[in-house]
Formats: sequence, structure tokens, C-alpha cells
Amino acid sequence: MPTNILMPALSPTMEKGNVARWLKKEGDKIKSGDVIAEIETDKATMEYEAIEDGTLAKIVVPEGTQDVAVNSVIAVLAGEGEDVKAAASAAKGAPPQKATEKKAETVAAAPPSAAPRPQKPSPPTVEAVPATRGNRIFSSPLARRLAKEANIDLNPVQGSGPHGRIIARDIERAKSGKGLRAPSIAPALGAAIAPAMSDAQVRALFEDGSYELIPHDNMRRTIAQRLTASVQTIPHFYETMDCDIGRLTAAREEINAAAPKGKDGKPAYKLSVNDFVIKALAVALQRVPDANVSWTESGLLKHKHSDIGVAVALPGGLITPIVRHAETKSLSAISNEMRDLAARARERKLKPHEYQGGTSSVSNLGMYGIKDFTAVINPPQSTILAIGAGEERAVVRNGQLAAATIMSVTLSCDHRAIDGALGAELIREFKTLIENPVMMVV
Amino acid sequence: MADSSFDVLIIGSGPGGYVTAIRASQLGFKTAIVERDYLGGICLNWGCIPTKALLRSAEIFHYFQHAKDYGLKANNVGYDAKGVVARSRAVSKRLNDGVGFLMKKNKVSVIWGEASIDAPGKVTVKASKSDAPKGALGAGSYRAKHIIIATGARPRVLPGIEPDKKLVWTYFEAMVPDRVPKSLLVIGSGAIGIEFASFYRTLGSEVTVVEVLPQILPVEDHDIQVFARKSFEKQGIKIHTNAKITKLDKKSDSVAATMEEGEKTQTITVERAISAVGVIGNIENLGLEKLGVKTDRGTIVVDEYNKTNVPGIHAIGDVSGPPMLAHKAEHEGVVCVEAIKGLHSHPMNKLMIPGCTYCSPQIASVGLTEQAAKEKKLDIRVGRFPFIGNGKAIALGEDQGLVKVIFDKKTGQLLGAHMVGAEVTELIQGYVVAMNLETTEEELMHTVFPHPTLSEMMKEAVLDAYGRVLNI
Repeated sequence: MPTNILMPALSPTMEKGNVARWLKKEGDKIKSGDVIAEIETDKATMEYEAIEDGTLAKIVVPEGTQDVAVNSVIAVLAGEGEDVKAAASAAKGAPPQKATEKKAETVAAAPPSAAPRPQKPSPPTVEAVPATRGNRIFSSPLARRLAKEANIDLNPVQGSGPHGRIIARDIERAKSGKGLRAPSIAPALGAAIAPAMSDAQVRALFEDGSYELIPHDNMRRTIAQRLTASVQTIPHFYETMDCDIGRLTAAREEINAAAPKGKDGKPAYKLSVNDFVIKALAVALQRVPDANVSWTESGLLKHKHSDIGVAVALPGGLITPIVRHAETKSLSAISNEMRDLAARARERKLKPHEYQGGTSSVSNLGMYGIKDFTAVINPPQSTILAIGAGEERAVVRNGQLAAATIMSVTLSCDHRAIDGALGAELIREFKTLIENPVMMVV
Repeated sequence: MADSSFDVLIIGSGPGGYVTAIRASQLGFKTAIVERDYLGGICLNWGCIPTKALLRSAEIFHYFQHAKDYGLKANNVGYDAKGVVARSRAVSKRLNDGVGFLMKKNKVSVIWGEASIDAPGKVTVKASKSDAPKGALGAGSYRAKHIIIATGARPRVLPGIEPDKKLVWTYFEAMVPDRVPKSLLVIGSGAIGIEFASFYRTLGSEVTVVEVLPQILPVEDHDIQVFARKSFEKQGIKIHTNAKITKLDKKSDSVAATMEEGEKTQTITVERAISAVGVIGNIENLGLEKLGVKTDRGTIVVDEYNKTNVPGIHAIGDVSGPPMLAHKAEHEGVVCVEAIKGLHSHPMNKLMIPGCTYCSPQIASVGLTEQAAKEKKLDIRVGRFPFIGNGKAIALGEDQGLVKVIFDKKTGQLLGAHMVGAEVTELIQGYVVAMNLETTEEELMHTVFPHPTLSEMMKEAVLDAYGRVLNI
């Protein structure tokens, strides 16, 4: 029997993807493990490997097709000894499901960690749909009652019933903290928020022909949705601190100069200021563990490790690959890992597990000369540290004016999980470490 | 040369097997079904369906006898046993033909004969004694990626009371009597035994039911058992519980049965006896031992998706264990092939499989009995409503019956529902749907039940559990 090749779900929450490129032609022999196509998800382009041997009988979805729903047929594989033509013709009756048919419901691509939900607030682009529509959480009466008794909010509960309906066993799982989603836009909030201007309203303000319309790619949509959700649901507050990085600059030069050279004459590592920042934040989170948390309705997730996301700017977007367990890694290991992650991020070749999750993030705009700025928290994290430029400033020491290399950093905190004093403790720890880099090595 | 290689091959075309075949075909599998005797299996030919036809004749006869109660006249009421049997056989034939049509419509290849599995993926079919229907494939070697065993079950035989098929019947003979015996002993009071007891009693036999357990209808709720027993005894059925038939002495045209009841031993002489002491799985001659397929007490051991311990071999229905019910087999088959296809099918929740017995009065139930709920130490609320409080029941002249519901006190989850009385087999699925949707008492109370119907009692029983009953 011919096998249907389906649009894969490359992350648990992926709803649709683009067929970026076919690497095999119709009629090509395929061995399991061969890369047959490249699939573009919200943030990455991933290689799609065949899992069975056979012949590519028919490409149902041509390359370049956008928004193909997960699990719709994209090609047909004829098994060994099967009639390729028959397999190809059998595929004709099944047109691919275009995810865009559901446009009114889910305009934005599913964010990597916030999950697709039938009750998403209506997108601001559709005027006719009232904002309250679709807020219903599908759940069984028994599940609702069990949830109420156990004081569990249904919002983050992952439904395992038909069409994602929340049923009794999901609540049992939720009681032990399993089967919960990362916070997504709370329906109640969605209803209360005034819709943004419609597309038509925006366009009406500009003369025809005075602009060019650039269609959104998945990354743009994901950024828009995730950060809107973040700002709408997370009560942010900000704390700024000046750090003297004189010693750090000196230490960095010394360490880099001492790097052993490989055969090609290149040094084994070249630490950047940002590598120190990652390490300092990771260690600071270990010293102030109450700040290394994620908010969920049923409780705070207090993380054991410091998984630090680092914002990497790309043409047309950004992505935050994650340095896992950064507190345990040496500066050179962090540096080399970051170089690899950033390079692959720019090629959009990161795998979802390399950019999803994380316990805090770093966003550094120092190289642009930005003095200080505030960053938007990347859920499910509770903090993000915005790094400004290290620059020579006049400071007063013991009543004397002096010159020092100062870097201003601003911590954004989720006030649901972290209060002002706790945020201050974290940033003070960070300052101590970054100003005395030797302590990071301990 | 006919095609001999399939994606899915099902052994046995009973309600489990043929439904599985249709679903497999719908999913795009090239499907074959092997049958040695009758398309539709026991259910259609020697079980569920022909007995319902017999019981319908008995029910109409009963109404004729009570025509006066309804202001009607019916004189010289009688029955023709051959005619009753002929109708029952005609009903089976029609459905048997129907299965043949469904196989053709769904492009399922029918293979006629006895199948055994040589190895995963390989099946040998030997010619069977019965004639193959037109268009069926014959004996030979067949290949299939997935083999599903759906061979069903057969009457259990207990030593000392072996059926001889003349004086001591199984359900096969009991279904096609040439006359109605004057007296009949029914050994076993499960659904099969009780249905035959009810049928033959209505047609005038002196019926004695003997049950080894303390209650008749052992799987039912205690209140239902007690209610049903009273009804049967009122109809003139003699019932012995905690009693055992140890010997059947076959005479020329009668049977002398030795019964131990407590300390007492007595002999009951009857014209015919029916052995209805349960069924056992058909696990023999399939090659299971050689393949190392695990079995346990006459049934094949399977996981929640009906996989056996041997890859590529599945088992569904009676042969894969209790409850041995046609609708359990059908659903298992569907879940099984959907899992093979890789669909995210949910395994069946066996607590939500309803059971129906078509005696008079009918019995239907789903979920936990009160005694089972108490054994599980659940804190429960029980509601009851009698037929006598229902307008439609009184209008029908069927005012004897009971609806009983069991809720979890804390969560309001409907744990079980048990009914005895007219048409309850058609009512139970209301509760089954409710349980599957995980409704609580609140939704049931908010649901509007049509008036006047028997179903109103289902709501009243719920209200009763919460002290809000209206019509009693």
C-alpha cells in the first residue's frame, strides 16, 4: 500500500508549516533517513527525513507552498515493489489542507511554546468577529467540577479528549503538575482588551502606492503573537543598574590572549563580553534561586538549572537560542556553544528544542551604542536582562571624579512571580559577578 | 490467480470481525476476512439476533394472552413453534446476507475456511465443511501485515452436565426447538440462561433455573437482581440459587438432574435441559502455542490496543477476554485498526460498556453496581425511581420496573446506572452517552426529557439521588 507522507509536527504545538524545498523529485528512489524536503516552521527550516524506503510517487504539495496544515498529505511514497503510477493516481483525490482556511480562527502561527487553542482571542485583523468569540474552553462537566474542587485553572490544562477537550483524567494529571501548557493569552483578558486597528483602518491612513506590502513570514507572526501575549498577560517592571566592567575588560583581554592556538593558527576560544554576561546571569540565578522561576496558574515552577536564552538578531526577525545549564559551563564552552547556535540561528537551522523553554534571557544591544533599554519577557521565562553599551563615563569615587567603563543593564521581571526586592537581589548578584569576574570561576 | 496478500486479515466474521473489516477498509487497508461457517458469526446467526426474534414472538404472544387488559378480544390464542423458529431463522438469514453485501460494498475479500497462523504475516486457510458463499476465496496460503484474531467464543462445557444436543441443549439447540418442552431446566442464570428461561416460560414451559452463585444475573446490581427474581417467580419460574447441578441422567425423552442445594440433594426431572454456564474463547487450532501468543484461562492476552505479545498479531472480542459482548468486540476492533493506522484512537473504557438482557422484564446496566462502588470504598449517592410513578409506563400497561443511578458523592460523577422493566435496553444508552461525556448530576438535571416517555424516569432517578424527586 502506498504511504502518505504528511506535513510533520516538528514541535508539539506546530499547526502548519511551509514546504520550503523538495530535495527529491517524483520517481526518485528513497531510503529511510534520506532528507526529502525542507519544512519551514515558525522559526526554523528543518530537514524532513524519510522513515520508509520506496519511490517518491507523487509530490502533492509543490515547494514554496505556505501554511500547510500538520498531518495533511504532502507527498505519496510507493513501497518497494508497488506500482508508482497507481500510488500517484491514488493520491489525486486528496487535495492538501490549507491551514489558511481557518484564517479567522488562527491568523498567527502557533508560537513555539504557547499552544494552539480554539479559544484564542479573535485576531485584530478581522473586524466582524467580536473579541469575545471563541473564548470557550472545551472541557467536560466532570473535569470542570474536579478542577474547581482542586482549585486548578483550566487555561493551562492540556486537553486529551476529542478535539483537545479537557476531561477528568487531564485534571488528575494537572494536580501533579503534568500536562500543563505554558501560559498563553488568557481568554478573559483577551475579551477585555480593545481590538487593535483593522488592516483597512491602517491602510486608509496612507495614500495608495505610498507603501509596499511585505507579507509576514511565520517568524514575524510568531514574534508579534508571542510578544503581544507577553505584554498583555505579564505585569512587567524594570530595574536598572550600572556595572563597572573595567576588571572584566582586563580579564577578558588576558584570557583571550592566553587562548591556546590550534593547528590553523586560530585561538581555541575568543570570549565576548556577552559570554561573561550569560555566565554571570546563570550564576546569579543559582545564588537567587527564587528568581529562577516560571509562572503557572497551579504554582511556580522553580527551576534547578539556569537555561539562558540569548537574543540573536536575524534579517526580518530574531530568535533566542538557549544555553542550557549555563551555570555549569565554562566561559569558553559557553562562548563556543553560542557561536554555533548563533550561526545556525542565522541560517534558520535551529531545532525547536534549541530555542524553546529557557529560564531567563539576555538581550544585548551594546554593539549599537544603546545606553540602556527595556526588553520584553519571553514566556515562560520570568526575567530578561537588557544589556547596554560598555562606555567610558565619569564617576565619582570617594569624592573624586574618575573615568570608568560602565555598562547599564536593565532587568525586566514578571511581577506575578517576582517582586521588586527579589528582582533587585538578582540584579545585585549579577553586578557583583560581572564586576568581579574571578568570582564566576569559583 | 486471486490476490493473496493483504494489509489486514481478520479471522472470524462475527460482529467484531466484520465491523473491524469495514473500518480497516475505510482506512485504506487492503482487507480480508476469514470465516468457516456463517458470515456474521454467532451473534447474527446463533446469538443476539435470532434470540431477539424468538423473544419478540413470545412478547407478542404474551400481549395476545392479556388482550383483555387493554380492552381487546383475542380468542383461540396459540402459537406454532415451527413458525416462531422459522421467523427467527429468516431474520438471521437476512442479516447474514447483509454482511455479505457489506463486505462486497467495502471491498473486503472473504476467504472461506479454517485459518491458522503459521508465522506473523502468514496464514494458512484450510477448506471448511460448510459451503462457501459466491465470490469467496478458498483454501490456500495468505499473507497479511496485520492479523486480527476475532474467533469469538463457544458454550462452556462442565463435567457431568455435558450437552448431548438432544436432551441437554446449548444455545444452538435451544434456538431451534421442534416443539416447546413441557418442562425445562436452565443451568446458569446469566444473560443467555435467563433469556431462554423467559422465552420458554412465556410459551408455557415449566421452567426451573439453577444458579451456583447466591443471586441470579450475577453481574447486575443487587436491587435489580432482587426485583428481577421476584418478577420471574411471579411468572412461575422456579429459581434455585446457591445450588449446583452435579449430574444429568439422560432418559429416553427426559432428563433427571441431581441438584445440590446447601445440605440438600434432590432430583429434578425435566423434558429438556439447557446448559448456559458461560462461554470460553475459541483459541484452539490457530497456531497460537507455536507462535508463543500468550493466553490466560481460555482467552488471548492483549494490551489496551488489542495487540498480543507477538508483533503483527492482534485479538479482539470474546477471544480477547470479558466482557464477552458483541458491542465490546465491535468497538475493540475499531480501536485496534485505528491504532494500526497510527490514528490517536483512545482505548476503550471497559467500565462504560453497557449490558442488556432481553428477558421479560428487560434488564440493562452500565458502570459500577452499588456493591462494587462500596467495595471500592467510594462515597456514593444512590437514586431510584419505580415504573409505577411514570405516566407512560402506566399507559403502556408496564408499570413494574426500576431505574437506579449511582453517583460519586463528592464529584457528582455518574458511576453506574441499572434498570429493569419494559424497554430499558433502549433507554440505557442515554446514561452511557452521559457517562462518556463525563456529565455530572447537574447537566442531567438541566436536560429536558420528553413527556410522556419512559425516559423521564431516568431524570427522576437522578433527582432522587439528590433528594429532589418529583413524581413519587
